[in-house]
Amino acid sequence: MSWTLALEAGLAALVLGVAVWTLSVRQTFAAVVAFVVYGLALTLVWVRLSALDVALTEAAIGSGLTGVLLLGAAARLRATEADAVAERPGAGVRAAAAALAALVALALAAALLYLPEPAHTLAPAAMAELPATGMRNAVTGVLMAYRAADTLLEKVVVLISLIGVWSLAQDKLWGGRPGLLHHADPDGALAFLARRLPPVGIVAGIYIAWLGADQPGGAFPGGTIIAAMWLLAMMAGVTDAPPISRRWLRLVLVAGPAVFLAVGFSGFFTAGAFLAYPVAYAKALIVVIEVGMVLTIAATLGLLMAGPPERSDKP
Amino acid sequence: MSLVLDVFSIAAICAGAFFFLAGTAGLLRFPDALTRLHALTKADNLGLGLVVLGLLPRAGGVLPALKLIAIWLLVLLASAIVSQLIGRAARRESRLQ
Amino acid sequence: MTSVTLFGLLGALLVGLGLFGLLVHPHPLRKILSFNLLGGGVFLFFGVVARRGAGAGLGGDPVPQALVITGLVVAFAATALAVVLLLRLFQESGSATLRTDAPAGKDAGGAADH
Repeated sequence: MSWTLALEAGLAALVLGVAVWTLSVRQTFAAVVAFVVYGLALTLVWVRLSALDVALTEAAIGSGLTGVLLLGAAARLRATEADAVAERPGAGVRAAAAALAALVALALAAALLYLPEPAHTLAPAAMAELPATGMRNAVTGVLMAYRAADTLLEKVVVLISLIGVWSLAQDKLWGGRPGLLHHADPDGALAFLARRLPPVGIVAGIYIAWLGADQPGGAFPGGTIIAAMWLLAMMAGVTDAPPISRRWLRLVLVAGPAVFLAVGFSGFFTAGAFLAYPVAYAKALIVVIEVGMVLTIAATLGLLMAGPPERSDKP
Repeated sequence: MSLVLDVFSIAAICAGAFFFLAGTAGLLRFPDALTRLHALTKADNLGLGLVVLGLLPRAGGVLPALKLIAIWLLVLLASAIVSQLIGRAARRESRLQ
Repeated sequence: MTSVTLFGLLGALLVGLGLFGLLVHPHPLRKILSFNLLGGGVFLFFGVVARRGAGAGLGGDPVPQALVITGLVVAFAATALAVVLLLRLFQESGSATLRTDAPAGKDAGGAADH
C-alpha cells in the first residue's frame, strides 16, 4: 500500500468518523457543527479526486452556507429537542432502518465494483471542442457551453426556491424585510470584521469568478463568497436586509436568468440554435452571462439565507 | 540549491504539522471553552504560518507566493475575530450559571 | 484497492449512514442534516465516476463534475426551503414534530388565517 493510499484511507476514515458523529451526537447544535467539519473533510476528498472546482463549491456552499443556515435553525429550534427525544423509534424500527440502509449501501458498492473497465468518459470529446468555446477550464466549458441549458435551469430553480421561501411569510408581512434586525456593538469585533472583510471578499469573489474560465473557480464559488460578505454585513448590523418589495432587488435577482435567456435566444439568429454561441464571440458571450450569474447567485444565496420577511416595511 | 529549499520546505511543514497536532490535542483535552480557544490559536497562527512558509519556495512565482501569504493573513483575521466572539459568549454563559 | 475504489466505497457508506439517520431521527432538522449527509455521499459517487474517466490531459471527466456542482447548489436551495418550512411549522404550531396526531397549535380552527 503506497503512502498516498494510506493517507487517503486516513482521510476516508476521518470523513466516516465525522459522519457517524453527526448522526449519533445528542444535541442538534453539535450535530450541525459536526456537519460543517464533514463538509470541509469532504472538500479534501474532492481535491484528492482532482475535482478542484467541485472542492471550491463544496467548501463554499455545501459546508459554509449550509452550515450557517442549519446553525441558525438549530439555535431557533432548541426548545423542541426535548419533545423529539420522546418520539424516538423503538428497536424494531431502528433494526429495519439499519437493514435497509445496509442494503442500499451494499447495492451501491456492488455497482461501484461492476463499473465498466475501461471507464466510459467524455473527457476527450470535451477537450476537443474546448478551444471553440474560448475557455481553458473544461468544467467551466461544460457548465457554460456544453450543458448551458442545465445551468440556466439551475438558476431558475434557485430563484423559484427563493420565491418559495418568501411565500412562507405571514400575509401581513409580505413585502417586508427578511429576518430580524441584528444588533452588534459598533465598536466590537464582529462590526470590525464586517467593515474590513467585505471589500477583500468581493475582490476575491470576482477574482475567483473571473479565473474560472482558465483555472479552477467559476461563477458559483465566486458568487457565494460575495453572498457571504453580504450576510456578514447583515449579521453585524452594518447593513440591513432590503425589503423584498424593492424593484431594484427583484431586478438583480432576475438579471442572471434574464441575461442567460437573452443570450440563448440570440443564439437562434447568430448560430442557429438555442444557447449556441458563434465561435468568434463565444468567450465574450460567456463572460456576459457570468457577470449576470455572479450578481444573481450572490443576491439569491444571500436572500435564501436571510429567510422570509419577518418585519413589515410599512411604518 | 533546490535540495536546500526542499529540506527547508519539509522542515517547515513538519513543524507546522506539529503545531496543528498540539492545537488539536489542546482542543480535545482542555477543560473549558476559553482554554480550548487558547490552544486553537497556536494551530491557526503558528501551524498555518509555518505550513505557508514551507510552501513558499514551491509556489512557482511571486504572485502565487503573495496569494499564499494573503490566505494566511485572512485566516489570522477570521480566527482572531471568531475567538473574540466565542470567548465573549463563553464568558457570558459561565456568568449565567 | 485503488484510491478511486476507496472513495467510492466511502460514498456508498455515507449514503447508507445518511439513509439510516433520515429514517431514525424524529426531529425534522436532524432529518434534513442526514439528508445532506446522504447527498454528500451521492455526489462523492459521481466524483468517483468522474475520476475514473480521466484522460485527454484532464484529471477527471468534466461532465459529472459539472453535474455535481449544479447538484450542490440545488441541494442548498432545497435545504434552505426545507429549513424555512420547518421554522414556519414551529412558528405556527409551537412544536417541530412530524406526528400527525400532534395537538394543533394557534391556528387550529382558522386554516384561512396564515
